[in-house]
Amino acid sequence: MESKLIRLTVNGREEAVVADPLATLQDVLRDSLELTAVKSGCGQGGCGSCSVLVDGELRLSCLTLAERVEGAEITTLEGLNETNAIVPLQQAFVENYAAQCGYCTAGMVMAAKALLDRNPAPSRDEIVEGLSGNLCRCTGFAPIVRAVEQAARALSGEEAS
Amino acid sequence: MAKVRGTGFAAVNYPTGMHLGGDPTQSLIHMTPAGDVVVTMASVDLGQGLRTVLAQIAAETLGVPYESVVVETADTDTGPHCTGTFASRTTHRAGNAVVMAAEEARKAMLEVAGELLEASPDDLETDGEGNIHIKGVAGKSVPVGEVAGAAHFAHGKSIAGRGAYLKPPSPMDPETGACDPDSTQAHACTVVEVEVDTETGAVEVIDVKSVYEVGQQVNPDLVKGQIVGGAWMGIGHTLYETTAPGYPAIDPAPVDFQNYLQPGAAETPEITCEVLEFPAASGPYGGKGVGEMVTNSPIPAIVNAINNALDVRITEIPVTPEVVLRALDEKAQAGG
Repeated sequence: MESKLIRLTVNGREEAVVADPLATLQDVLRDSLELTAVKSGCGQGGCGSCSVLVDGELRLSCLTLAERVEGAEITTLEGLNETNAIVPLQQAFVENYAAQCGYCTAGMVMAAKALLDRNPAPSRDEIVEGLSGNLCRCTGFAPIVRAVEQAARALSGEEAS
Repeated sequence: MAKVRGTGFAAVNYPTGMHLGGDPTQSLIHMTPAGDVVVTMASVDLGQGLRTVLAQIAAETLGVPYESVVVETADTDTGPHCTGTFASRTTHRAGNAVVMAAEEARKAMLEVAGELLEASPDDLETDGEGNIHIKGVAGKSVPVGEVAGAAHFAHGKSIAGRGAYLKPPSPMDPETGACDPDSTQAHACTVVEVEVDTETGAVEVIDVKSVYEVGQQVNPDLVKGQIVGGAWMGIGHTLYETTAPGYPAIDPAPVDFQNYLQPGAAETPEITCEVLEFPAASGPYGGKGVGEMVTNSPIPAIVNAINNALDVRITEIPVTPEVVLRALDEKAQAGG
């Protein structure tokens, strides 16, 4: 199959990459744009480690064809802060020891961001539901849930002040 | 048909490391001209926090700030030898190697500092904040960075150290079987409460409480992370995870996360622990290993709780709903 030019808006930047028409968003983000916070876990939508935002909605980049998201706003972990500084959500993961091997962490943070963007004050059950598509093999989930709870409190505090 | 609850417990004594016919880990430490400390290891951090722990140990032994220590790990081609991350050995083996290397580097650091302060190295002390003082003499001190710079550019010296820890081989006595297989042992006991649905066979873990004895904790938050994560892994192995669901038939086997089930956040109860500290004589600052044992006691504790709830004797894992219902059928057929 002939390669084609795919134009994407990633983390606020216009990007043009030459890729196979059936290339996944995951392949293009990792291999062409070197955004390796997008992890390659199972490649079939089972683990959530490749999670990104497409127009603010949580998407599995391994199940998304790159050319189908031309014109959309794509956000990876690298795009959470344009100065590359750690954001309060990430700080909450650090303070709660919510990462061990780290392989799920970027996807977890993106899932948590998608949740907090649409529901700034989620209940514990809503956090559990919001992270249910993301697998972790190290932490036992409790530290991650606590991190999202802390981030929600921190973000609401910021809005109040 | 009802939901019934039961309680079970299990305990574990777990060895730290094994002698393997001689089990070494080595370490090299050097100071940069700015006074930062580089700890070079071939040991591997799997996410348990080894780099953090080794930086703490190096900083404590050298008497410098934790923030000034960088731990370079995992180049097994070029790094000082480490047998590997397994057998809950790495904090113990690598930690001891880092203590040895840091003691040698500290001696070199104090020798240069002694020349700058015109004092005997024996009369110097570190404050852990990046300064070296003459004991009992106010105002007589020098920053570590200045010492490192002077070592490089004025004295032509290296502030460095070598650590070579070895758990010696321990051949087994052919008559008695006696040998010294490990370096120390850690201990734990876990109590679990479950609720079993006798209609569906589904098991819910309600509560997991553990007590651990792991020697001196180098980093209590990382120890807790191991214990909580390990208990969750125990729930997975006990109730869900298997590579051979049709055992003894090995086919079909799960090939993805749709078929290889693991508990998620919704299936994970509150997991709590208390940690006791009885420092190990052989450990770095008294530390023992707490890597692998964390999955050992939760598994039998959960199975025992299920057996307690149902008054049955299940001895296999995973305890799937089918296993529960078959055990209840057998009990009914036996007139129980």
